[in-house]
Amino acid sequence: MRSYWKFAALVAVIVGTLIWLAIGGTTGSMTYYKTVAELDRMGSQALGKRLRVGGDVEPGSINRTGREVSFVLVQDQRKLKVVYRGSDPLPDTFREGAQALADGKMGPDRVFRASQIQAKCASKYEAKPGGGKHPAYINKAGV
Amino acid sequence: MENLGALAILLAFCLAVFAVIASVAGGWKRNAFLIVSARRAVYSIWLLVTVASGVLVSSLLASDFRFAYVAAHSNRAMPALYKFAAWWGGQEGSLLLWSWLLACYAAVVVFTNRRKHGGMMPYVTATLMLTQCFFLILNAFVASPFRMLALSRSITAVSDGQGLNPLLQYPAMAIHPPMLYLGYVGFAVPFAFAIGSLITRQPGDDWIHTTRRWSLVTWLFQSAGIVLGAAWAYAVLGWGGYWNWDPVENASFLPWITATAFLHSVMMQEKKGMMKVWNMVLVSGTFFLCIFGTFLTRSGIVSSVHAFAQSSIGQWFVGFLAITIAGTVYLILSRLDYLKTEARLESVLSRESSFMFNNLILLAAAFAILWGTLFPVISEAVTGEKITVGAPFFNRVNVPIGLFLLFLTGVGPLFAWRRTSLESLRRNFLWPALAAVALTIGLFAAGMRHPYALMSFGLCLFVTWTVLAEFYKGARAIGAKSGRNLALAAVELTRRNTRRYGGYIVHLAIVLMFVGFTGSAFNKDTTIEVKVGDRFALGHYEMKVADLREGDNDNYTWDRARIEVWKDGSALGAMAPERRFFKASRQGTSEVAIRRRLNEDLYLNFAGMSDDNQRAVIQAFVFPLVSWIWTGFWMLVLGTLICLVPSKARFQYARLPAVRVVQKNAATIQK
Repeated sequence: MRSYWKFAALVAVIVGTLIWLAIGGTTGSMTYYKTVAELDRMGSQALGKRLRVGGDVEPGSINRTGREVSFVLVQDQRKLKVVYRGSDPLPDTFREGAQALADGKMGPDRVFRASQIQAKCASKYEAKPGGGKHPAYINKAGV
Repeated sequence: MENLGALAILLAFCLAVFAVIASVAGGWKRNAFLIVSARRAVYSIWLLVTVASGVLVSSLLASDFRFAYVAAHSNRAMPALYKFAAWWGGQEGSLLLWSWLLACYAAVVVFTNRRKHGGMMPYVTATLMLTQCFFLILNAFVASPFRMLALSRSITAVSDGQGLNPLLQYPAMAIHPPMLYLGYVGFAVPFAFAIGSLITRQPGDDWIHTTRRWSLVTWLFQSAGIVLGAAWAYAVLGWGGYWNWDPVENASFLPWITATAFLHSVMMQEKKGMMKVWNMVLVSGTFFLCIFGTFLTRSGIVSSVHAFAQSSIGQWFVGFLAITIAGTVYLILSRLDYLKTEARLESVLSRESSFMFNNLILLAAAFAILWGTLFPVISEAVTGEKITVGAPFFNRVNVPIGLFLLFLTGVGPLFAWRRTSLESLRRNFLWPALAAVALTIGLFAAGMRHPYALMSFGLCLFVTWTVLAEFYKGARAIGAKSGRNLALAAVELTRRNTRRYGGYIVHLAIVLMFVGFTGSAFNKDTTIEVKVGDRFALGHYEMKVADLREGDNDNYTWDRARIEVWKDGSALGAMAPERRFFKASRQGTSEVAIRRRLNEDLYLNFAGMSDDNQRAVIQAFVFPLVSWIWTGFWMLVLGTLICLVPSKARFQYARLPAVRVVQKNAATIQK
């Protein structure tokens, strides 16, 4: 029976360590999905939180100055100004009218500071069943 | 044509329903007529789904844009290879591929096992055909690839299609989905055998051997699929990584982990008659994760770089999973007496316990990855807010898990069954452990400070040493007896026990891959805007943009930068990263240039042009040791293939007598 106790103790130690790591990892990298409208409603609560906002890139709003890129995300007529100053270049699919996801934080001046941008071009044929309900991000690509 | 395809699918569906009913009734009433007729239905289903797939493929190759699927996933200018690959380039087609592969597997299983395993085969057939029914429902009624375009009353076709997603127009990507699917679908077979054995309380271990070989084959396909996907991400996506903990990547990784756990713990069942319930759980869990992976990819429930558009298809998957999981749980619970263990765990320092820890750790990894992947869904259900966890979460949990697994890879195989003496531990592990510590100290002294990297390199040496020592010991014994040299003796050794030594080779392959993963701790990169003639540097490398060109073909337009490269002052020639813009889909892609070497890759990405079109934005990366991952993969293939070759000497595991000895010993100890 003794070996079973030893075994159980080892298992407990391992599982405990992993849970501790998992909790640390979860709190360290939580990102909230928000729509532009939800972000508006959050007001000052949005400050400091890691956020992910999705929307369409407003045509004509992309502005590049040096390595800084600014643009406006539109969703249901709500607008959000986004500034990106990351080290990765913007993805190939990022262009006017494309759907984009910005990861970053809200600034006190209501400008969203993105550290990462993902984008997908809006597809011509692909239908969007139940589309527009939530920023559950719709895109198409392979497996 | 289109009617032929749709009709074939419908007929196949009817036959699948028939096959389920006939084989269950035949197995139950022991009616050979019904069993044989169900078997023939399986062959006919294969024929019918093949016809349907043939219709789709031929319309893709013929650019028949009356088909909605062809118009959405192919175009005239695409090379024939990619027209063919468009079969699995979209939702409907890839579900048809699933069906077809399952039909192939089912036909092979039913044919090769038609005279084996006694009364269990009808239920195996029934389980396979039940899964087939589900996918044929999807093919026929939910996501039919044979839907026609009806733009208006008179226009029923477009003049040219949208084209295959350009990111998929890459050779490794053309074979990645079928590989992954061969792995996914293949696990339906072990699952079917497990269910069959549960229903009939199949005695003996014959079916376990069959299952193990199938699992090994499908595991190989899964590994190939995952590594091809990683290689594709590395060479095509242009962000320079091979793994991003993306939901779809995770979905492919999860069943691989549980399958790996099964391949280890099944040895406990074969040799000791232990962990039978656990193995049932692993086999069925792996199958569910395969279905779940397909569901995750197809339903878009979790946002992903890869996922297809959201669709109602998810409900079907949830329904199927719920029914099969409930059925399996009921079967396992009602057959607990049949699954009773034949031996007990005796010591923490034993082969048994090392297998258990291996399983525990693999399952913990699987659970953590599942948790992280589903976190947005869970958090939305619980708190109403959609929250994701990113790569830092996965790395934080899985890097320590990976290192612990690596450690077990080294020690596990050298522990004896039942219990290991401290003396044998010292004999086996003293030198490898000392060498590992020495390497770690040496690397630290040489200036390496990354704690996980130090541990990883130390463990890699430790495992390599212990595995090679096993080969050396065995080969020396054979060499001394037969007078062969060491290399020939090692080959002979492997042939005598292919499973064991093939397994060791797979372990070495995993070590190579870990060396490659560890290299990522030392990645370097820079992004820079340059004019023609400008120079820039990264690490040992110096680069100069020689010229910028542009061009055009039927499928895409391209911009190409020719960049001359020097390393420590000596010229290495030119590299030419490219940007492509695909006309049909109006999408751009990057064609990176990679100089692959064993010690490090130099990776150049032509990321874009500045707004004034004067300067190119170039991203340069140095990725140390990445090639070891791909090298390790080929070794993994080799090792797995060796495992599949039957051993020269037949091993009989005299299990029952051993159990009796154990009981006798236990009795003496108690006295």
